[in-house]
Amino acid sequence: MTFGQALIYSLLGMMVVFFALVLLMCIIKIMTAVGDRAAKRSAPIPAGIPAPEADAPVLTLRQTGPTAPGSAGELKLYDTDPRTAAMLMAIVADELQAPLNELRFLSIREIKEENEK
Amino acid sequence: MSILETLGRLGQTSGFYLLLADWRQIVMIVLACVLLYLGLVKKFEPLLLIGIAFGMLLTNLPGSNMYHPELWDAYIAGEITLTHIIHEGGLLDILYIGVKSGLYPSLIFMGVGAMTDFGPLLANPKSLLLGAAAQLGIFAAFLMAIGIFGFAPNVAASIGIIGGADGPTAIWLTSKLAPDYLAPIAIAAYSYMALIPLIQPPVMKLLTTKEEREIKMEQLRPVSKKQKILFPIIVTIFVCLLLPSVAPLLGCLMLGNLFKECGLTDRLSDTAQNALMNIVTIFLSTSVGATAVYYRFLTPQTLFIIVLGLIAFEFATVGGLLLGKLMCKLSGGKINPLIGSAGVSAVPMAARVSQTVGAKANPSNFLLMHAMGPNVAGVIGSAVAAGFLLAMFGG
Repeated sequence: MTFGQALIYSLLGMMVVFFALVLLMCIIKIMTAVGDRAAKRSAPIPAGIPAPEADAPVLTLRQTGPTAPGSAGELKLYDTDPRTAAMLMAIVADELQAPLNELRFLSIREIKEENEK
Repeated sequence: MSILETLGRLGQTSGFYLLLADWRQIVMIVLACVLLYLGLVKKFEPLLLIGIAFGMLLTNLPGSNMYHPELWDAYIAGEITLTHIIHEGGLLDILYIGVKSGLYPSLIFMGVGAMTDFGPLLANPKSLLLGAAAQLGIFAAFLMAIGIFGFAPNVAASIGIIGGADGPTAIWLTSKLAPDYLAPIAIAAYSYMALIPLIQPPVMKLLTTKEEREIKMEQLRPVSKKQKILFPIIVTIFVCLLLPSVAPLLGCLMLGNLFKECGLTDRLSDTAQNALMNIVTIFLSTSVGATAVYYRFLTPQTLFIIVLGLIAFEFATVGGLLLGKLMCKLSGGKINPLIGSAGVSAVPMAARVSQTVGAKANPSNFLLMHAMGPNVAGVIGSAVAAGFLLAMFGG
């Protein structure tokens, strides 16, 4: 086999490897998208809890300083001020007896009573 | 017959007398002891290297008749059958049947699958690109083996697969393409895998800036159980349809993973990753070591293979890092290029090296889980590359 032929085989080999793994990447992305959509559809809304209003104020806390190992880095607050959110997170960590940086908070939402609305 | 004649005949049949017939046997015994030292004292992949070294020792003890390469040559030439080998061969010949048929590497892959968590890969599917880029080492070594060292294409393909940094894949492909070179290729593959913490960091530091190494990556998204169960099934269907020659390896890897993830076969998963894996490791390592017969091992080609193996590992690291850098640029600095070097298989050693180098640049940097994605992608990538090479040069 000449060097030129070997080069062609090598290029072809890399293309096959990339093609197979890109194909897998696409499949995983489709699988994730389908799974997420199905999860959203099947997620029941608990009785008594009103659906979030479209114009509900959302506050996103983004960490600017160094992140603690394992911390989420981003937390969405709905109708909740950062002081209350910090207090709630501290209470949850204390109740679970787990360090705060090992917990992942995605969002905190105030649940309003029907008569408060 | 006098007592002296009897003693003389006994002496002539002893291994010590036969040892003097060829000095290369003594060299191989010393080499086997050096490998045993590396495995036992330096702890270089001891689970495999000790078995390989002991197999090498047994096969080079004159008169032991445990392994007969000439029987396997006749089998490959189609002159005899496996039944003949079972009748005429030694213990290691019989164990070697599992290597020749591809049984042991596939069963090892089943155990690897049962121990592997594909979660980080599913959480960040782009990792697959890094796993693909790191296969550059395989093809770079293949090119050099042909262009510089003049190896035949099937042997060059087997040498190249060392760059996949995956012992079972290297043994599986070599046993099919170039069985005469099985011992040096397996020894090179496992030795370099053990040396990854020494081989990779200089290249990683050379190709990345301090700022790049300091990049912290966002936490991976959680992956559902359903996705983890579907993944091995889907991979098996698509990859084995694309490249049927890789089915034994990849099929077993994914079956082992399905045992682990489905939650219904804990006993099977436990057996695959412990008892079965341990038994097969014993058979695989000793029979691979047995192929290192002195008159086949002590050749210049063995040295070339050792050199090419190192080149393959370095190029694999470079391939992963370069794509990691590109992805870092394209993502606006969200991807730490160090995770690219974990694209060489060597699970989880290569991911640990990414973590260590990243943590040295920034002590609060935790790259391990991010590097596990490319790491397990590398296992799939090297299996695909092996399937391609077998399809091309398997005759």
